[in-house]
Amino acid sequence: MLEIRAVSKTFNPGTPNELRALQAIDLTVNNGSFVVIIGTNGSGKSTLLNAVAGSFFIDSGAISLAGADLTRWPEHRRAKLIGRVFQNPFSGTAANMSIAENLALAAYRGKPRRLGWPLGHALLSQFRDRVSQLNMGLEDRLKNPIGSLSGGQRQALTLLMATWLRPDLLLLDEHTAALDPKSADQVIALTDTIVRRDKLTTLMVTHSMQQAANLGDRLIMMHRGRIIQDFQGAEKKRIRVDDLLARFEEVRRAELLDESAAEMLRRVYV
Amino acid sequence: MLGRADLKYRGGMGPGMSLLLGALTVGFIFSLVALGVFISFRIFAFPDITADGSSTLGAALAAMLLVHNVNPVLATSAAFVGGFLAGTLTGTLATKFKINGLLAGILVMTGLYSVNLHIMGRSNISVLGSSTLSTYAERVGTALTRNNTLNVMGWEITALEASLLMASFLFIVLAGCVMYVFFQTNLGTAMRATGDNNEMVRALGVNDENMIILGLGLSNGLIALAGAFITQYQGFADVQMGIGMVVWGLASVIIGEALVGTKQLGLTITGAVMGSVLFRLLVAIALRLGLNPNDLKLVTALFVFAALVTPGLLKRFKTLKPRSSHA
Repeated sequence: MLEIRAVSKTFNPGTPNELRALQAIDLTVNNGSFVVIIGTNGSGKSTLLNAVAGSFFIDSGAISLAGADLTRWPEHRRAKLIGRVFQNPFSGTAANMSIAENLALAAYRGKPRRLGWPLGHALLSQFRDRVSQLNMGLEDRLKNPIGSLSGGQRQALTLLMATWLRPDLLLLDEHTAALDPKSADQVIALTDTIVRRDKLTTLMVTHSMQQAANLGDRLIMMHRGRIIQDFQGAEKKRIRVDDLLARFEEVRRAELLDESAAEMLRRVYV
Repeated sequence: MLGRADLKYRGGMGPGMSLLLGALTVGFIFSLVALGVFISFRIFAFPDITADGSSTLGAALAAMLLVHNVNPVLATSAAFVGGFLAGTLTGTLATKFKINGLLAGILVMTGLYSVNLHIMGRSNISVLGSSTLSTYAERVGTALTRNNTLNVMGWEITALEASLLMASFLFIVLAGCVMYVFFQTNLGTAMRATGDNNEMVRALGVNDENMIILGLGLSNGLIALAGAFITQYQGFADVQMGIGMVVWGLASVIIGEALVGTKQLGLTITGAVMGSVLFRLLVAIALRLGLNPNDLKLVTALFVFAALVTPGLLKRFKTLKPRSSHA
């Protein structure tokens, strides 16, 4: 279970660029729950994922996962519990190393790196098996550098790597946003298969209303560093793309109203 | 820095052959520098110039211990440990204290200059009277050939020169093999991945800062080892001897990459060794043809500069397209 308690983060505090990216976020995610997070640009959805992953330390609040308090853990220590796929296909793999070497790095996620031999026969045949299930014809190219693959192939492999050892939490940060539509569909299908098969607790940030409506069992909408909507269970199942678009339009109108009100006040009082 | 074989010629022997053997031996010894620079610059993409100080540190430690009659193997090992510590210091400054990598190297290198003077007590020490790895090699060589000279394809060479060449060759083969194996272990794979994509290795549970610290330690350990070997080869250590070591190493690595033309681990390691030897031979030839030794470092620097910019220039001429923003 992932518990996020009153988590706040402000970037560049005390400067004109101050950004209150997370404002007292509370969120509890049950084991095996697949949560999709949507929101406007700069709403804090990626920041929330990075806070959980440990890319930075939060200003206040607490984060716990599988009974452990992660709040002060450095990023590499949290990786023992967390698998991640980034938006940029280049971020999740080491381009100059072979497919097999990349997978081997993932097969030892969270374990001490000693002088043992990573690429044994057993592991290599496992790699071949699992990679052939991707249906991308990569199983015969395990020795090739990963940099020679397409973005879609790299994201599929990153997903395989992130889930090779079953993580207590899977973080997907717009992992199809940089892909062409066909590859994006492939990677999404693969995501759905893996998350269902292994019953993974998952947080997925997306820009695609289609993905938000179709995937997961819970949908969270963020705006200006807060969670403004939380659809679960039957309510989540009923949601259609149009409902989400309508909700975004509401937020936009409220925003405009805020801004024109502020403008009026400025004109009157300043 | 000139090797022993460059310095003195003995009767009845062609100076050309002697020069060649000397250049080969020094080339093999300095390929340890090339391997060290390969680790820092190529595997970690870390511009580590600690090497100028750590090579002298290795020489100073070995020389000081040798004149105190410490076993040469022990003295040489101490040099490796000293260099390793210097490297980890640079790595710690760069990661834990977030100092720019180039500056971290400059700080450690500058500090080491004083440390090296303290270790030696003066600006140079001779080890000619002590038992060294060179005298070991000579003893083995004389015992094997039962003669002080041997004949190779009509050239008469001394057992000393032959055994030093063989010893340095065998050691570098061993070092290259160990390095090749090491960088394929779990630890070595994690190190290579750190240089490739540190965001990814953190996400896979590797402490990338520790990898950099350890990697720079290994790099500078190898470089200090070169300092210790060259001291025992030429018979003295000098506090100035490390100047330009990084550029030497870089030149060797670049030549090696041009020779093997691939990024495959085993071949790049072999390439770095070949590059070092070839570079040393080129230098020996240039000196013999009358290059002023004072110009050596300038020529080396120009060579590295040319080697660094040429590929980019060639690409620009080839692709005849207007420069794209992310070229």
